[in-house]
Amino acid sequence: MKSETLKALQEARGNRRAVVLATRLSDAAEALVYADRIAGDLSGDAALAAAARRAMAIGRSETIDLGGQKVFLNVYVPPARLIIVGAVHIAQSLAPMASLMDFDVTVVDPRRAFATDARFPGVKVMQEWADEAMEKMGLDVSTAVVTLTHDPKLDDPALEAALKSDVFYIGALGSKRTHAKRKDRLEEAGITEEQFARIHGPIGLNIGARSPAEIAISILGQIIEVRVRRLEALAAPKAAAA
Amino acid sequence: MSDALEVLDQVGKWKASGKDVAIATVITTWGSSPRPVGSQLAVDDTGAMVGSVSGGCIEGAVVKEALASITDGQPRLLDFGVTDEQAWDVGLACGGKVQVFVEKVS
Repeated sequence: MKSETLKALQEARGNRRAVVLATRLSDAAEALVYADRIAGDLSGDAALAAAARRAMAIGRSETIDLGGQKVFLNVYVPPARLIIVGAVHIAQSLAPMASLMDFDVTVVDPRRAFATDARFPGVKVMQEWADEAMEKMGLDVSTAVVTLTHDPKLDDPALEAALKSDVFYIGALGSKRTHAKRKDRLEEAGITEEQFARIHGPIGLNIGARSPAEIAISILGQIIEVRVRRLEALAAPKAAAA
Repeated sequence: MSDALEVLDQVGKWKASGKDVAIATVITTWGSSPRPVGSQLAVDDTGAMVGSVSGGCIEGAVVKEALASITDGQPRLLDFGVTDEQAWDVGLACGGKVQVFVEKVS
């Protein structure tokens, strides 16, 4: 690897841009393949660019054979983000656990007593309304949104914003009864039944979780499952369509 | 921070302080191997390392090759697995096979 390549990889991460580093194994010649451009020794190879972009789409690094030459495609995708709405007790377990799983975590809560750095050491805390905070951050397909406040005036705007985006996971804390009421409210606000079905509620895998830490684990378990199934479907588009 | 980024950051720091560095990357796996394709281990010219390419089974051998790559500047393709002659020395106890690419950071 060249030192310039290392710098480019670090820069891509800073800008939350996906990039694939292609390395020819016989002589370590390289190319950096972005969604919209390609740079480096191997940048003239159209077949390489196509293979690299496919690897980027499914987020999987692999070794390929190009005209008898082995080329390793190392995929660097920006870390997934988790936006937690509600700086509540469960969030205090969920935030550090998600950080361990390499999520870039942000906790959002407009209430001053909850949204303090002291309650969330090492995590980004935004003392703002969730829909406004989300607009600033920008929601994308590598983002998961979890609402935990139990308070419709805090949770609902966040869910509406999430449903209008292509985030890969949306989960809302609350019982089946709470979730049914939520459905009525959001449908009144113009959310269709199909859109509402994207929300995982009651949130988390059903493992009988009780304590805040256990609930955090059930939520993260569900996020892992949804993410893996999605990438599997992308990797095998025919099977997914059938 | 993810493992991959932690490794790259350490490589950046080593290079900035004038050290020579090699990076080892898992490029192919067969069967049950402990670390996925793309996992990286970086080694500086004193043998200090960051990251991993296995559960600790082959790191010693990889560091040796990384130091050799730092010295001669040539990339290397290493195969490890239970079918390897060296299985008992540096093989993977879990029975998996991995291929590791080692290159100097120029």
